[in-house]
Amino acid sequence: MSAPTFPGPSSSSPDGGLRAGEVDAVAASRGLAPADLEVRLRADASSRRAVLTLFAVAIAWLLIGSIFGEIASFKLHWPDLLVRQGWLTFGRVRTAHLHAVNYGWATAALIGTSLWLMPRLVHTELKGVFMAIVGASLFTLGIAIGIIAVLAGYSDGMEWLEAPRYAAGPFLVLGGGLIGLSLFRTVAARTNDHLYVSVWYILGAFIWFPMLYIVGKWPTYNGVESAAANWFFAHNVLGFWLTAMSVGAAYYFIPKVLGRPVYSYQLSVVGFWSLAMFYSLNGMHHLVGGPMPEWMITTSIVASVFMFIPVIATGINLHMTVVGRFGALRYSPTLRFIVIGALCYTAVSLQGSFTALREVNRVTHFTHWTVAHSHVGGYGFVSFIAFGAIYYIVPRLVGHEWPSASLIRWHFNLVLGGIAIYVLALTWAGVAQGLALLDPQLPFQVSVQRTIAGLYGRSLGGLIMTLGHFVFAYHFWIMVRMPQLSRRNRPPFHDAQPILYTAEAEAARVGERVPSPGAAPVPAMRRADATDASSAQQPLQTPLEGGAT
Amino acid sequence: MSAEKNGGQRADFMARSGLVALGAFAVMASAIIILVVIPKTMLSEVRASPELPPYTEVQLRGRGTYIANGCIYCHSQQVRDPAFTTDVDRGWGSRATVPEDYVHDRPHLLGTMRTGPDLINVGQRLPSIDWHLIHLYDPRSLNSWSTMPAFPYMFEERRPEDVTTEDRVVRIPGPRAPKGVVIIAKAEAIALSEYLISLKRQYPVSDSVESSRHLSLNVGGGHD
Repeated sequence: MSAPTFPGPSSSSPDGGLRAGEVDAVAASRGLAPADLEVRLRADASSRRAVLTLFAVAIAWLLIGSIFGEIASFKLHWPDLLVRQGWLTFGRVRTAHLHAVNYGWATAALIGTSLWLMPRLVHTELKGVFMAIVGASLFTLGIAIGIIAVLAGYSDGMEWLEAPRYAAGPFLVLGGGLIGLSLFRTVAARTNDHLYVSVWYILGAFIWFPMLYIVGKWPTYNGVESAAANWFFAHNVLGFWLTAMSVGAAYYFIPKVLGRPVYSYQLSVVGFWSLAMFYSLNGMHHLVGGPMPEWMITTSIVASVFMFIPVIATGINLHMTVVGRFGALRYSPTLRFIVIGALCYTAVSLQGSFTALREVNRVTHFTHWTVAHSHVGGYGFVSFIAFGAIYYIVPRLVGHEWPSASLIRWHFNLVLGGIAIYVLALTWAGVAQGLALLDPQLPFQVSVQRTIAGLYGRSLGGLIMTLGHFVFAYHFWIMVRMPQLSRRNRPPFHDAQPILYTAEAEAARVGERVPSPGAAPVPAMRRADATDASSAQQPLQTPLEGGAT
Repeated sequence: MSAEKNGGQRADFMARSGLVALGAFAVMASAIIILVVIPKTMLSEVRASPELPPYTEVQLRGRGTYIANGCIYCHSQQVRDPAFTTDVDRGWGSRATVPEDYVHDRPHLLGTMRTGPDLINVGQRLPSIDWHLIHLYDPRSLNSWSTMPAFPYMFEERRPEDVTTEDRVVRIPGPRAPKGVVIIAKAEAIALSEYLISLKRQYPVSDSVESSRHLSLNVGGGHD
């Protein structure tokens, strides 16, 4: 593979933004009213500092979390590795990994994405920028305190909720609250008259997370009540925090990059409310067969099966928006990451419903299958969406293109290959383990020995992913800190020639009349950004457009 | 919420941020009531069997060590219904565990992984504290196939002449025994072992207690 190259003369101004007088020209070249472009420029300028800060923090956590994850993974097949220090024992580094990647990387990356999306979606500037930056700092501090506490042996003991209630909690609550407030104020100041799907999900996430955190951290549970609260939180933090923001982002970027509206507005409404209703009742499927009142577990199993409704609604909506335009994946790294993320969302959700069934669960429960499953969700889905979003957003904030197409290609291939090896190896290990555990004739050690090969495979997959993360972090670093290297004035994959929106094909697809030139053929509510739908019809050669489209 | 049900036809509803937020709040609040508040109310009536004493102070400290070192990530503490799984056949307990068995547990340590065996009755299977101390220091000195971490930091290595009569000496068997030093268990290793040998949920539970898992609203579970 060739070394990164940095070709092309620069046509952007030294500070990376558009020069005075350029707005009109750029807007005209893309069939936009100058006022509409202004709205977007102001939105991006307002969120710039907060979003870049959060992305930098997120990527730092990604590297830290990857290293912890690798140490934990090695320990499962090399159990005498690094045993002499308490803080490096498996139970602590594994938990540090979970917190660093979920609350550090994914959360920070998706909050950053949300802070960028919201002003664009409601046509205003981000309100309370200072508040958001202080909030992000406090939140990051809370995560760091939680991880250090866990490593030092101070854990609250419940999975996903280990960070100490009184040491890390106040920072998380205050930090998250300030960010939420900034977003709510932004929505309140909106200047458009519809709310695009993504806004529902982001609003929802910031309402749901505090509720979940309070329930999860409530200090008075006894015995199995704490198990109920534990898994209520731990399952829903995926569905209502990470999934909500990720689906919101997917709903924005897929139509946006392709320049075509979301397939169906009705399906997006169904998807949103049915996700809220059914996902929220899923948590007890982590306790199938456990010492809980039977009706609770049954409720969760039934709700898990009903998850087919939101998943299929959202799946159809996102996938049908892409259908016929898969060629554009070659052109847009954002689209490539986000379409794979959306496919993983469908896959992991169907797998989850299936796993909740008693007959499947009796094999897979308590095995590495669950760990593989959670990585399809947390990585294949959430992290891929976050990668895609970062590739789209950062050029618009720093005003120049990603320096290297080959670094993007390396990142994509490494993380995709890595997660595929990871999931296949660990799923296989989990099934082998589960079948061995179900056979009382086999001694327990068989269930251990049958997983070892798969665990080596997982370590290998994880190493490849980690390598990809370092490539990504390096690319982000030179993108932001060394603008002199980013002298392209075209997106990295511009030569791949996108297959994008054509009015005739669009009309054929949705059964609508061919729109008259310049007029929007679809209602605003189906478009990712009411002023944006037509933007991708034009070749995107302005420095503003960035790497994705 | 009729407005929610009709959301598909009511674009105006989904264009009002306050209503979307309120609806999101309401759906989550009802889920919290169903899966957290109602169970908490029902389960607060559960009492421990007289045969299940509260943990002693040492056992509680050992439980703290169990939590601090993340034992839960590989060990569950629950025996599932024999109609559904082979937990009982495997010798992990004589009956499925019930909510009564966990009344003293704050927080619960039910676990979701069995990279290692279930521990809710480990005190019954492996009642020797010496076994646990050796096993914590070096699991592979007892089971060559084990992938459990060793916890040497819960022990001290001391020269033989420095050992006093108050020290808890741990004699590691076999070729993996460290040479020239004596292994002394620290307080945390002893407390953790005390906690482990206290784990027993074998006393019989009455039918009424057994059926407490099926507290009202029993809508499913084909096997019962």
